[in-house]
Amino acid sequence: MQRFSGFGLIGQALGYQEKWHRMWRNPSPKSAYDVVIVGGGGHGLATAYYLANNFGVKKVAVLEKGFIGGGNTGRNTTIVRSNYLWDAAAKLYEHALQLWEGLSQELNYNVMFSQRGVLNLGHTLQDMRDIQRRVSANYLNGIDGEVLSTEEVQAKVPMMDCSSSRRYPVLGASWQPRAGVARHDAVAWGFARGADSLGVDIIQDCEVIGFEISSGKITGVNTRQFGTIGAERVGCVTAGNSGVLASYAGLQLPIESHPLQALVSEPIKPILDTVVMSNQVHGYVSQSDKGDLVIGAGIDSYNGYGQRGSFPTIEHTIEAIVELFPSFSRIPMNRQWGGIVDVCPDACPIISKTAIENLYFNCGWGTGGFKATPGSGHVFASSLAAKDMDPIAAPFSIDRFYTGALIDEHGAAGVAH
Amino acid sequence: MFLIFCPHCREYRSEEEFHYQGEAHLVRPQDPRSCSDEEWGNYLYFRINPRGLHKEMWSHSMGCGRFFNVVRNTETYEIESTYLLEENSKDQKSKEIKSGNRTT
Repeated sequence: MQRFSGFGLIGQALGYQEKWHRMWRNPSPKSAYDVVIVGGGGHGLATAYYLANNFGVKKVAVLEKGFIGGGNTGRNTTIVRSNYLWDAAAKLYEHALQLWEGLSQELNYNVMFSQRGVLNLGHTLQDMRDIQRRVSANYLNGIDGEVLSTEEVQAKVPMMDCSSSRRYPVLGASWQPRAGVARHDAVAWGFARGADSLGVDIIQDCEVIGFEISSGKITGVNTRQFGTIGAERVGCVTAGNSGVLASYAGLQLPIESHPLQALVSEPIKPILDTVVMSNQVHGYVSQSDKGDLVIGAGIDSYNGYGQRGSFPTIEHTIEAIVELFPSFSRIPMNRQWGGIVDVCPDACPIISKTAIENLYFNCGWGTGGFKATPGSGHVFASSLAAKDMDPIAAPFSIDRFYTGALIDEHGAAGVAH
Repeated sequence: MFLIFCPHCREYRSEEEFHYQGEAHLVRPQDPRSCSDEEWGNYLYFRINPRGLHKEMWSHSMGCGRFFNVVRNTETYEIESTYLLEENSKDQKSKEIKSGNRTT
């Protein structure tokens, strides 16, 4: 792997930028692997990277039906935070946040992780009580956070209308200073480059269309382009298509797939140096380093795999943002798109073994998977390497839908992100 | 955005008047007390979630307020038909009630 550095940049500039290497190979698949990861998004590539780097499993392939990072990894609104209410979720997302903090150094790739803080606004008395409770729970789990008053919120975000005359007045907010945003494409590329340099085969344009299962045990995957590829263990990390993949193995998941839309404005001068989220008016906004406002909100209510949604949902999103920032009403929007999110009934992911031996699923991240990318990859890699679930991942077993031990973050984290 | 044919009102109306209610034809266990954890889990949480035709329940919450079923393609978003809850989607009668195509 060609290491990136400041001196390297100067060297390349003197060499007319002609000596850059490709960041990853484009290999043909071998006949068999120790671990096959299905899905080359951020989570899949992170899993492969940590398998090779931390857990010594070198014969790993990542199979991606399109191009890497072309699904939800490139379609999200890039918010990273860990202020979740319940212990299991807080531990998982905080694990991820700690990995985020060293990720650019670890990967030798600038993922542009910017800890600019996240505000979760409260607009009602009950909102504020919930925020108090969540911040206190975060404290007990060692996660930073503060409860801010209206004045403190106004001081942080001068552009926001915090006046008491609003329909949804800002009564305060929770503030997590260590939260922030990252560059989504760079995360996929950084993990791909890191995994590739450790010998992981990243195979793009390779769609899995079935599993080879003999006597309840997985032995390989069938692909459209390369036929059968043998695998001792298979990890499925296919956000937006997990249900379909599970059906190939004769399994059903407690998941429904929905479109989730987002949009960005034209680039403008710096106006917002943090992330603002609101459960009550239901929207979130941040400003990217390029200057465009990145805006998102809730899912479209119906099931869909179309990577697009309905206009009324976008309209509600914009209504929410304009309620908070009336001045944004004049900013033209540049692009709008949709991704497919796999939503679990309790809004927490499934990281689990299945009824088929050596077939693992890491799915159901719903609307907030991006923030967990390194943590999800790390605990899933740990589980695949040990053939036993990592302690952080264990509560997210699919069994919880039978035992009733749900991790009900829907009411707690509220907003779709 | 969908134009949905409400079989009660017998009119095409905008998606905003409707509320999605999830997979259709879910049957509550006949004898809840004798259900195993697995049966309860399957009933409450596990869904077919297909890529393709999907039978789903909608309510005309901003219109007549009543429930009905829709057969819709989850990949193209095309609505194939809508039918009353008591009807089976395979009945010829309901097949005649063709909904308008999506106008996304």
